[in-house]
Amino acid sequence: MADKEKQVKIKKDESRPAVFAERTRDRKTFVPAVDIYETDDNIVILADLPGADEKSVNITLEKDLLTLEASLEPESHEGYNLAYSEFDTGDYYRAFNLSEEIDRDKIEAKMKNGVLRLILPKAEPAKARKIEVRAE
Amino acid sequence: MLWTTWDPWREIQRLQDEINRVFSGVAPTGRAYYAQGAPGVNIWASENDAIVTTEIPGVDPKDIEISVTGDTLTIKGTRKTEEPEKDVIWHRRERVHGNFVRTIHLPFSTDSNKVQANYNAGVLKVILPRAEVDKPRKISVRTAD
Repeated sequence: MADKEKQVKIKKDESRPAVFAERTRDRKTFVPAVDIYETDDNIVILADLPGADEKSVNITLEKDLLTLEASLEPESHEGYNLAYSEFDTGDYYRAFNLSEEIDRDKIEAKMKNGVLRLILPKAEPAKARKIEVRAE
Repeated sequence: MLWTTWDPWREIQRLQDEINRVFSGVAPTGRAYYAQGAPGVNIWASENDAIVTTEIPGVDPKDIEISVTGDTLTIKGTRKTEEPEKDVIWHRRERVHGNFVRTIHLPFSTDSNKVQANYNAGVLKVILPRAEVDKPRKISVRTAD
């Protein structure tokens, strides 16, 4: 029953400018909760996208704009009526501005149990380098 | 309706939930949480059974405990945080974690032996069949001879 970790494809598009566009779908859009942390080598983004799998999630990288999107069918069960409701279902959308220092070709994205894990490796020059001081 | 007695405090709570729900579409934390990180539930009912769904992403199915007694369903679980290596810098910490318990009163009593549950893409779905004794019975009216 447990999901296996699955790879999510990342679209890279350098041609279009990064512009925020309004959505026209007749559906609610939610901003997913995220955890972001930075290690020496990577920036890691964890996003809660319950109901989404690796096929419904779209990750796009346009210039510096990283966009997470997921379109989901609203919850419905045939032959059942919604008797009581505390949450709504709908799409997800969130965008982040990346700094220049990300190694764009090595970005990894995986989905497991409705959680997206994005690993953004830092480009070489951005990594902290230890400079040894030598005595002459 | 699921509640039998009218409780003004519950009504206020419900109003608050309702308002939160309206704004949840734009709130940075996203979808509705009931209270203290406990996930919200939806109940779908038909004549023969009910489906309870709840969004608890990132949980190991082994950490979810479901128990049913009569018309009460209890969902218990733990959302573990990922503990990354020591020297990390946190930029955002919005995801909910920790223990949660939800107890839900169902519109009818269930056959606890036939309850099924599955967890897929962070959504828990519990299917609760209605107990035979609780099913509506048709009573035919006879004319007196």
